[in-house]
Amino acid sequence: MKGPEGPFAYWFNIPHLISLRKGDTVDVDRRNVLEMRHISKHFAGVKANDDIDIELKKGEVLALLGENGAGKTTLMNILFGIYKADNGEIVINGKSIHISSPHDALKHGVGMVQQHFTLVPSFTTAENIVLGLKELGFIPKTKNVESRIEELGNRYGLPVNPRAKVWTLSVGEKQRIEILKLLYTGAKILILDEPTAVLTPQEAESLFEAVRKMVADGASVIFISHKLDEVMEVSDRVTVLRSGKVVGTVNTAEVTKNDLARMMVGRDVILDIQKPEVEIGKKILEIENLKVKNDKGLLSVNNLNLEVKAGEVLGIAGVAGNGQRELAEAIYGLRKVEVGKILLHGKDITGTSVSHRIKEGIAYIPEDRKGTATCPNLPVSTNLFLKNTITRLADSTHFFIDRKKIVEKAAELINSYSIMTPSPKTPVKFLSGGNIQKVVLARELSTTPSLIIASHPTRGLDIGAMEFVYRTLLEQKRKGAAILLLAGELYEIFRLSDRVAVIYEGEIVGYAPPDPAYIEEIGLMMGGSKKAGELH
Amino acid sequence: MNILVPVVSIIFSLLVMGIILLIFFQRSGMSWGQAFSETLSAYGEMFSWPFGNVYGIYQTLLKMVPLAFVGLGLSFAYRMKIWNIGGEGQLYMGAFAATWGALFLFNGIENKFLMITLILLMGAAFGALWAAIPAFMKAFAKTDEIVVTLMLNYVAIFWVDYLVYGPWKDPKGYNFPLTAEYPESAKLPTMFNGEVHVGIIMVIVLAVILQYVYSRTSWGFNSAIAGDNQKAAKYAGINIGFYTIVALLVSGAIGGMGGAVQMMGIQHRLQHGFSPGYGYTAIIIAWLAKLNPLAILLVSFLFGGLLVGNEQLQMFYRLPLALIYIFQGLVLFSLMGGEAIFNYRIRFVKERAVEE
Repeated sequence: MKGPEGPFAYWFNIPHLISLRKGDTVDVDRRNVLEMRHISKHFAGVKANDDIDIELKKGEVLALLGENGAGKTTLMNILFGIYKADNGEIVINGKSIHISSPHDALKHGVGMVQQHFTLVPSFTTAENIVLGLKELGFIPKTKNVESRIEELGNRYGLPVNPRAKVWTLSVGEKQRIEILKLLYTGAKILILDEPTAVLTPQEAESLFEAVRKMVADGASVIFISHKLDEVMEVSDRVTVLRSGKVVGTVNTAEVTKNDLARMMVGRDVILDIQKPEVEIGKKILEIENLKVKNDKGLLSVNNLNLEVKAGEVLGIAGVAGNGQRELAEAIYGLRKVEVGKILLHGKDITGTSVSHRIKEGIAYIPEDRKGTATCPNLPVSTNLFLKNTITRLADSTHFFIDRKKIVEKAAELINSYSIMTPSPKTPVKFLSGGNIQKVVLARELSTTPSLIIASHPTRGLDIGAMEFVYRTLLEQKRKGAAILLLAGELYEIFRLSDRVAVIYEGEIVGYAPPDPAYIEEIGLMMGGSKKAGELH
Repeated sequence: MNILVPVVSIIFSLLVMGIILLIFFQRSGMSWGQAFSETLSAYGEMFSWPFGNVYGIYQTLLKMVPLAFVGLGLSFAYRMKIWNIGGEGQLYMGAFAATWGALFLFNGIENKFLMITLILLMGAAFGALWAAIPAFMKAFAKTDEIVVTLMLNYVAIFWVDYLVYGPWKDPKGYNFPLTAEYPESAKLPTMFNGEVHVGIIMVIVLAVILQYVYSRTSWGFNSAIAGDNQKAAKYAGINIGFYTIVALLVSGAIGGMGGAVQMMGIQHRLQHGFSPGYGYTAIIIAWLAKLNPLAILLVSFLFGGLLVGNEQLQMFYRLPLALIYIFQGLVLFSLMGGEAIFNYRIRFVKERAVEE
């Protein structure tokens, strides 16, 4: 830090921020291990990073907080050598350096755990960790490596089995391997990109523990997140990004969650949305004794019964992997039903095609918006009309599609769902996660469906976009749609649902009202330790 | 869309080809200087004849027809990322079916229009039939279409060979491997004093139809979706199996029609090796044209010209026919490379020393 007259002077002039002067609040001895100066990067007309400065001190956790599309991941990808900055300088331990590949970055002690893991599934933990290291030799000797991995794992509270094949492991375990891989290589600057997105609360807690031990051992951690709670919990300082620019850097201890939220979205967030009072109508969806297999051929929905009525939001609470995805896909027609019946408006739709169900009014917001819900290389306009409702939407027939009308109609949807895109013709892959989700919502909800299956509709979204999703879904409820909400986060379920059903190992084990008073019961049912009958 | 990539690839291939020619001439006993001027004049001949001379252009158009037919057919499958390498086989099966129709099934039909329509349908049906094998295998058993279509090419070629060397050999043909000549009613009408047959008009009409199908019909939209992301296509309610089968059937049908047109327009009899690899060249054409039907017409014209030009070289410079395949290989090679490179932006930066 050079002081107020240095190149970072403008930070200090933002009135509501707590300024950081040398020796003011931060230990003087803590030198900067990393500085990124004036980093700029743009993609196809979008400025992802605009003159960003950040610095990281030895032994601290710096949180990078920002909405989706704020430029956090881009900035870190530049640091890790995946992207090349258009402008700017990276200084590590006082030396200006040049990073052109992840290999370079690792040489300088910079390691990154990305959102999508880069492990070889058929290799063991140990093999994955030593993969690409020089000491591996021509004939890998993983034996001595294994004990070191176990030792490292125990020291940081990241238990792994070095001999397990990676494909047999859970997401949490894979993440631990990624982190150990960096520690094993001797990385001193660790970048964790939204590490808790894939973890259960317990796993997240032990990750935080590990992070604390790592910084205590002299490593420095950059923690990318958009979750305020965890930023408050784990970080020493927070740098907030908004639309590719630094909003400010603050000491975590000196701010509140609301301060951070305000910096992040640039306006006060409406933290509670009123559920509209809607008269519950007739049954829309009924499921009877449903059994569905997962990709591995195991029964993952087992004798499931439920019903959703018009104007009702049924929230399904459960730990990820208890059959939620298979249930959603079975209702939508993407997955074969082994046993049981699915009724829509009282008519049996089991075994009908996806396109039939779309016509019958089922909308589906899948959790995997990039892999399932959109075509990354096709323009936004095509993605808005992906489904076979295209002819209805653009007043066309199968043999005559009016392109002008499609672009017009797309512009309309882009406008009313405030999708941030340079043009309707931009390939959807250039949009940020939140905007891709808006494209999906615009498509799914513009046809006034009678049943909406919403699977993690806000996963990875920032507060602004979340709010938007909630409002849009509740608007559909007001219009009388039945909504089946499958979400990971309980508070989201509480906020939207009229009833909460808990799923455990493919079965609905109980119902509860969406009232925080029942949170403990719901938690116990999610964990499989309490059955409905014992609840009251 | 980047037009620069195909253009630069062709120029690059011409340069490399020039070097090969230069060495070829030098090795045949010329000095480097002579070889250089010989190369230049060979290039001059290669381009001035097929594109700069009325008779050359007629020849070019004739060569263009089968190339464009198969290229258009391939584009239909390639849009869905179904890699039909069987254009050659589908062409041969179309030619076989046309001959079957002309010489046996419909022999005696005097009405030219009826005869030609029937033969076209025969060609399309057998091209489709040939593509149906990989189509059903892919749709129901997830077999790789590249291997199946490629292997079926050989089956088709040898099937035609069997016929022209065996049961269908023309008894009056001095033992050459060819069938009897088609009846008059099965020969395509010609234009320009008999220099060019009407197949060229058919292929232009076909390209316009495909252009419309790709850009203005729900088939065009849905096949683009299925081509980009299969999962999204399933999610959007597109029946992938159905689309796969139809894409390959239509692709094969167009190729087969190309075979029938080639028979009725030029050969007028089925014979051994009537195609100098049109079906393979068409793969390159479809790629260079980025699957755009109108661009396929243009690129086929250029490649037709190359074939004609190469025949000139063969005659006047005693160059081997294989050179044209080297050239085609170079084009495809630099095209693929160019596509990969153009996905990145090349920028020159001052390299700073990486300090340890």
